[in-house]
Amino acid sequence: MEVDKKMYESYIKEITPVHGRLRSMLQAFLSGGLICTLGQLVINGLLAMGMEKEDAMAWNQLFLIGLSILLTGLNIYPRLVKFAGAGALVPITGFANSMVAPMMEFKVEGQVFGVGCKAFTIAGPVILYGIFSTWVLGMVYYVLGLWKMG
Amino acid sequence: MKKGRSSLEFERPPVVEAAASVVGPKEGEGPFRGMFDQVETDPMAGKPTWEAAESFMQKEACRLALEKGGLEKEEIRYLFAGDLLGQLIATSFGVKELEIPLFGLYGACSTIGEALSLGAMTVAAGYGERVLAVASSHFATAEKQFRFPLGYGNQRPFSATWTVTGSGAFVLTDSSAVLKPRDRKGSGQAVITGITTGKIEDMGVKDSMNMGAAMAPAAYSVISRNLMDFQREERDYDRIITGDLGVVGRTVLLDFMRASGRELSEIHMDCGVEIYDREAQDTHAGGSGCGCAAVTLAAVILEKVRSGEWKRILFVPTGALLSTVSFNEGQTIPGIAHGVVMEHRDL
Repeated sequence: MEVDKKMYESYIKEITPVHGRLRSMLQAFLSGGLICTLGQLVINGLLAMGMEKEDAMAWNQLFLIGLSILLTGLNIYPRLVKFAGAGALVPITGFANSMVAPMMEFKVEGQVFGVGCKAFTIAGPVILYGIFSTWVLGMVYYVLGLWKMG
Repeated sequence: MKKGRSSLEFERPPVVEAAASVVGPKEGEGPFRGMFDQVETDPMAGKPTWEAAESFMQKEACRLALEKGGLEKEEIRYLFAGDLLGQLIATSFGVKELEIPLFGLYGACSTIGEALSLGAMTVAAGYGERVLAVASSHFATAEKQFRFPLGYGNQRPFSATWTVTGSGAFVLTDSSAVLKPRDRKGSGQAVITGITTGKIEDMGVKDSMNMGAAMAPAAYSVISRNLMDFQREERDYDRIITGDLGVVGRTVLLDFMRASGRELSEIHMDCGVEIYDREAQDTHAGGSGCGCAAVTLAAVILEKVRSGEWKRILFVPTGALLSTVSFNEGQTIPGIAHGVVMEHRDL
C-alpha cells in the first residue's frame, strides 16, 4: 500500500487528540495572573512596612524565585505547570524552575559537568536571545535617535 | 526454513522455558497489578542514579527468569540484551555480573522482539541449547535522555506516551533440553514457531511526542509481510499484539489494515494501551519503551499462550529509531517492528 507522506501528515493531524486551546489559555491567564497578584501582594506588604519601592521589588523577585526553587525541589512545580502551562512558565518562577530542574537531575554527574554545565541547558537560550533582542532593540532605538525620530 | 521475503519458520521451535518481569511502582499499580514477578516500590530501587536502577531491574529480571526455570547462569549460552540509553549502559552495567556471552542490541522499543528473534534463530539453528533475551526501559532515564529533567515543568501532549519502568527476561530453550514442565501451573508450553523481521519504515513524521504515528506504518508492514510470508489470514491468529503504539498508533494501524481489506479491531491488542489506566494514571496515549512489550509478554501474554487460551499469537514490538541528535537536526523518525509468532503446545 502506497501512502503519500503529505497525506499521512494531514491524516495524523486529524486523528491526534489535542488540548483545548481556549481552556489552556484560560488556565494560563488565571495562574499567571495569580502569580503576579502574589508578587504584587508581597510588594505592597513591603511598601507598607516602609521599604523603598526598588528594594521592595528586588525582595519580591527573590521571594518568587526562592518559592519556585522550593516547589521544584518538592516536585510541586511540574504539577503546577501541567495545569497552568505558559501561565507558570513565563513569570520569573518558570525561569527559576528551568534552571533548578536540570541542576537537580544532573547532580549525579558532578559539580562541574553536571550541575555547572547543565544548569543552563533550558535557561541558556532564554538568556542568550533575551540579551540579543535587547541589543537589536537598542540599535533600533539608537538609529532612530540619529534621525531624531526616537 | 525461510518463508517468503523476510520470515523464518522453525522446524524445531524453541520453547520459552522461563520468563520474568520486574516493574516500577506505577506499572505495579496499573491494570496488570499482581501479575508481575517483582514490583519495585522505589523507582530508584535504592540505587544512587536512575541508570543504576534500570540496570538493577534488568539484572533482577534475568536472575528471576533463571530462578523460575531452575537454571544456573552457566547453562545459558548467549545473552541478547538491550535498552534505550546511549551506548546501552543499562544493559552493560546490568548484565556484567552474569558473565554470559553477550550480544548488545538496539531496536528502540522493539528491542525485545529483536532479542527474541535472534535468540530463537540461535537455538533453532543449534548454536546453543539455551539463550536469554532481555530488555529494559525506565521512565526517568528516558525522560532525562530524550526530553527534559523530571523537575522541569512542561505540558505533555495527548499523543505522548509514558515510558514503562521495567524489564522482561526470557529463557529460550531447545525442545529436547526442556525435560520437565517448570515455572508454570498448567501442562502447556509456549514455543516460538517463526519470526518476521521488520525493515525501517519512515513516513516522514517529525513529532517526537507522537511516536505512535511514526511506528504504526512499521507495525502495519511487518504484520502484512507476516501474513503474506506464512500465507495466513488475520483470523489464523488469536491475537496480534503490538508493543507500544498507544491510542494514536493503534488507530493508524487499524485504519491501514482496513484499507488493505483486513479487520483487526477484534484481535488486536497493544501493550502500551493496556499497561496503564490512561485516565486514572494520566499517561495520555499509553505506555512505551523496551520494557513495555517485554514485561507485558512475560507477565500477561505468555501465560495465556501456555494455558492454551490463545493458541497462536503474533507479537510485534515496535520501535521509534530517533535520537536527540537526529531530532535536533530536523530528521524524521524512522520506525521499525519485529514479528514473533508464538504458539501453544500441549505437553
